[in-house]
Amino acid sequence: MEETFEPQILAFCCKYCAYAAADLAGSMRLNYPANVKIIQVPCTGRVDVIHILKAFESGVDGVFVAGCLEGECHFLKGNLMAKRRVNQAKEILRSVGLEPERCEMFNLSSAMGVRFAEIAREMTQRIKELGPSPLRDKVKPDSLKKFLEYPIAA
Amino acid sequence: MPKVGSVMVVGGGVAGIEATLQLANAGYKVYMVEASPSIGGRMAQLDKTFPTNDCSMCILSPKLVEVGRHKDVELLTMSKVVDITGEPGNFTVVVEKKARYIDLDKCVACGVCAEKCPVKVDDEFNQGLIKRKASYLLYPQAVPLKYLIDEEHCIYLKKKKCGACQKFCPAKAVNFEDKTENITLNVGAVVLAPGFRPFDPKEIPLYGYGSTPDIVTAMEFERILSASGPFGGHLIRPSDHKEPQKIAWIQCVGSRDINRARHSYCSSVCCMYAIKQAIVAKEHAPYDLDTAIFFMDMRTHGKGYEQCYNDSENRHKVRFIRARIHSLLPNRKEGGVMIHYADEEGLLHEEPFDMAVLSVGLEMDPGTLALAKKLGLDLTSGGFIHTDTFEPVSTNRAGIFVCGVVQGPKDIPQSVIEAGAAAQAAGSIIASERGTLIKEIQVPQERDIRGERPQVGVFVCSCGINIGGVVDVKEVAEYALTLPYVTYSTVNLYSCSQDTQNLISKTIEEKGLNRIVVAACSPKTHEPLFQETLAAAGLNKYLLEFVNIRNHDSWVHKDDPKAATDKAKDLVRMAVSKVLLLEPSSELELPLNQRALIVGGGISGISAALRFSENGFPSTIVEREGRLGGNANFLYRTKDGRDVREELQKLIDKVSKDPNIEILTNAEIKDVEGYVGNFKTKISQNGNLRTVEHGVVVIATGAREFQPKEYLYGVNPNVVTGLNFDMYMRTKPEYLKSLNQVVFIQCVGSREPQRPYCSRVCCTHTVLSALHLKELNPDMQVFVLYRDLRTYGERENLYKEAREKGVFFIRYELENKPIVEEKDGRLSVKVKDHVLQRDVLLNPDLLVLQSAIVANDVDQIAKFFKIPIDEQGFFVEAHVKLAPSSFATEGVYLAGLAHYPKPIDESIAQAGAAVANAIGLLSKGKVYASGIVAEVDQVACSGCGVCVSVCPYKAPYIEGSGRFQGKAAVNPFLCKGCGLCNASCRSNARHLKGFKDSQILAMLEAL
Repeated sequence: MEETFEPQILAFCCKYCAYAAADLAGSMRLNYPANVKIIQVPCTGRVDVIHILKAFESGVDGVFVAGCLEGECHFLKGNLMAKRRVNQAKEILRSVGLEPERCEMFNLSSAMGVRFAEIAREMTQRIKELGPSPLRDKVKPDSLKKFLEYPIAA
Repeated sequence: MPKVGSVMVVGGGVAGIEATLQLANAGYKVYMVEASPSIGGRMAQLDKTFPTNDCSMCILSPKLVEVGRHKDVELLTMSKVVDITGEPGNFTVVVEKKARYIDLDKCVACGVCAEKCPVKVDDEFNQGLIKRKASYLLYPQAVPLKYLIDEEHCIYLKKKKCGACQKFCPAKAVNFEDKTENITLNVGAVVLAPGFRPFDPKEIPLYGYGSTPDIVTAMEFERILSASGPFGGHLIRPSDHKEPQKIAWIQCVGSRDINRARHSYCSSVCCMYAIKQAIVAKEHAPYDLDTAIFFMDMRTHGKGYEQCYNDSENRHKVRFIRARIHSLLPNRKEGGVMIHYADEEGLLHEEPFDMAVLSVGLEMDPGTLALAKKLGLDLTSGGFIHTDTFEPVSTNRAGIFVCGVVQGPKDIPQSVIEAGAAAQAAGSIIASERGTLIKEIQVPQERDIRGERPQVGVFVCSCGINIGGVVDVKEVAEYALTLPYVTYSTVNLYSCSQDTQNLISKTIEEKGLNRIVVAACSPKTHEPLFQETLAAAGLNKYLLEFVNIRNHDSWVHKDDPKAATDKAKDLVRMAVSKVLLLEPSSELELPLNQRALIVGGGISGISAALRFSENGFPSTIVEREGRLGGNANFLYRTKDGRDVREELQKLIDKVSKDPNIEILTNAEIKDVEGYVGNFKTKISQNGNLRTVEHGVVVIATGAREFQPKEYLYGVNPNVVTGLNFDMYMRTKPEYLKSLNQVVFIQCVGSREPQRPYCSRVCCTHTVLSALHLKELNPDMQVFVLYRDLRTYGERENLYKEAREKGVFFIRYELENKPIVEEKDGRLSVKVKDHVLQRDVLLNPDLLVLQSAIVANDVDQIAKFFKIPIDEQGFFVEAHVKLAPSSFATEGVYLAGLAHYPKPIDESIAQAGAAVANAIGLLSKGKVYASGIVAEVDQVACSGCGVCVSVCPYKAPYIEGSGRFQGKAAVNPFLCKGCGLCNASCRSNARHLKGFKDSQILAMLEAL
């Protein structure tokens, strides 16, 4: 099991810096593990604790939130709020028996493509050492069915 | 001749970009001519920008994309202007367009050509520190994102051999038959913003450039620091790739030097960029890096610069060494470089460093000089294009304007300010033709999809082999069809090509699709394009979800096609689950009052009113005092010898006669209601209260001279301030002529702990005053006691002239200020001379204190318009670098001393820039809100007010009346769509459209 464990990692990236850094990592043809998936948000200030927790509930092994460098948030202070929320999520993870290290906040500029790839590798390595999330098995394989019941907009 | 509603902007650097966007957004067609293969200019090469150390590319690249995508901008890269004939309003411009050998319409920037190209040459974007191919892309974020073939080095073009790029190009974009051609364009005005080139230090052998790779230019060092540079941002020295322990910066290389360089002027930006580089280098080094800056005068005269300088010395421990450089020699034994220098006392020293960075100055490019001469433009002694104080962006040729370094050495904010001013000036001569040449986009009536069952269409892009070469795109498309509500999916070879776009539109209509997922490249560059495709098919553009399976997938997982394909499927599944929950959104619009309110009737305010009028917009000036003119009423002459009061009077006459301008003196703002587009401002004038309705506002509240509390000011009548001195020049020249000795003290109240900024104008003012005194009486003894003499740019020539005419300059330190005493009514000034190393005693007949410029009390104004002020009382602009003349709050603009101390020419330029920004809004006729804004479920809202307190843009508010009194609401015209309120809401009542909880959670469910 440990041998083949490929952690699933979700990244919330802000549009102006982290997402652009991930774009640049691509333009530079850097390499990082394929199990890191990115959700774009306008600003990391949009990321709520519930999003982080929900990701774990959905079976990911690690989550990171990546925003602009501190003091350089496109929306002035969203990344500082995100940092607080990540810390809050860590506390909750700890209280339910998960390692808080499974969740992390990063700050990078849009020119830091290399750094983005590093973060992706770092997080993968970190989660590999921690092992699979205990919530992993709890996920129903047909979780898709659940959203079929969502009210469809419009 | 009839006027033409188009403008040509020459130069695609930050100044050209700003001018282009201002003009295009105001309703003019713009041709942007750029000599290099992509726009971005020097700023694109920079790692960080001072004084905030913001990442340069982060702030620039959204602008690049905007220019590249703007419907009314035509980009002409690899092009130069050959000739301009005609008259203002109707010029004929001949442009030489060089062969690119790659078809811009076909190239998709996949990079195969570069991969296959066998030729390696120096990469000039990276200052030759690494190699590139003969077929190449200027830099990864380049706009246009298109390759080109370097004809100088291409084997095929030289010897008709190779041709690998053509063979392998999947898009058939290589065209070896491409020819350089001349094209002729018809424009109403021209803005020149061709920028500069860095000085080549090879011209001065003593700097040792070329003798060792460890002596680099500042531009090379920028690339070394850059995360996307040759070393990936790892700080190493070029010779042996070791981490340097000690780095030196050498200032004024090619500037302020007529003995060895050709340039007497100060390049104005090098002090700040050296400080920035030293700080950033320290941040890059995981060890205690020693940094030293060798300089003559530290010139940190811009907003926030002095604080940055202080920080670098006190917090970052950068060493500052006042010195004259003797030589830089390679250190043969240990590598690195040995610096020989003389200190202020003239003593010689030597110190070894691992690396030296030459702070090279800015100079005109010979090509630009040739063009300027061909066009008959007047030049300054430094070779820059001459402009007048009162028309700071106009050349001697009507209809041709300038901005940026071509007008004189300057930093980015000042270039951006001038660009706004130049755009406004260019637009004003063809204001009657505004909107005549712009493209109208015809969109069909939007389909009402309410009640329709979701029908999702998934378009998977192969991007040639960029995605398809790694990800099994067919498999992804097939998989997509198995997802709920997906009724159509397909693979496109190049989704962004025009024919595919049309095909997608047709498919949406034919298949009745009502939700679209595009799995392709980056939404940052391509989402707007696909949004247009949806709109063209009559589908609301917000019903699109974009998946990045190139930059985030195929390009980064090319070694593992299976994993990449699986990831693409996962991402598509997540997107499908989100797109189902997306809702149509619209860009709300409101009528926009066309009047501008201008707060402050000084030179900036008057200029702003005139600029509005030239463009056909009415304005109202509110001035607190009984007369217009502000500080200009007290000034004597400008640096180009113009009588300020005479010029001011001309301006006042002009505004007074202008039917578009209403002037309210002795007037004060009592209250402001409303927001962008629809302000209602209550103004009290002579006890009467009236309301002015306006759409925008320009804040030009000015500043004032600080009243000193030291050096016997107010005690001895012969101690006066700089403004007092100007009044003497005007009214008592005979008295001044009779004096034997005059002493000036600089930095009175500036650059002190309680006021840690430089007042920017005082050094030039003093040098000018000293010259006026020498003109009155060449035998008069004139002493200037200064800390750093900051005659930035070509103002340096005045300093030089003053020294030549015998004005004495004595430097003093903040810790050792001059001592002014009075004995029997006679003044004495004692100061330590650092060159002589002894005290000097002076007995001036007149002591002039160059006192700080301090902000006016504007707390009320700040509150009324919801705009921030800094610790010093100056207003805080939207962005230090790229938006110096506007506020984060929509519809509010900034000009003049209220922003930061500055001379008249810069104030007038900023008034132009503020107006340019305002016109961009006014010319649309309406205010539009973005479709991605927050909304409130007022039933769920508990009225706690958290959203109101967290929002940086003051968009949320609490309803004051009605059914939902006490509940939050949002002003969509102020909301910028960051979602901070959404995540902060405790009642789950705030939702950011397109990023609602349900939508984000749906993606997570589908993980």
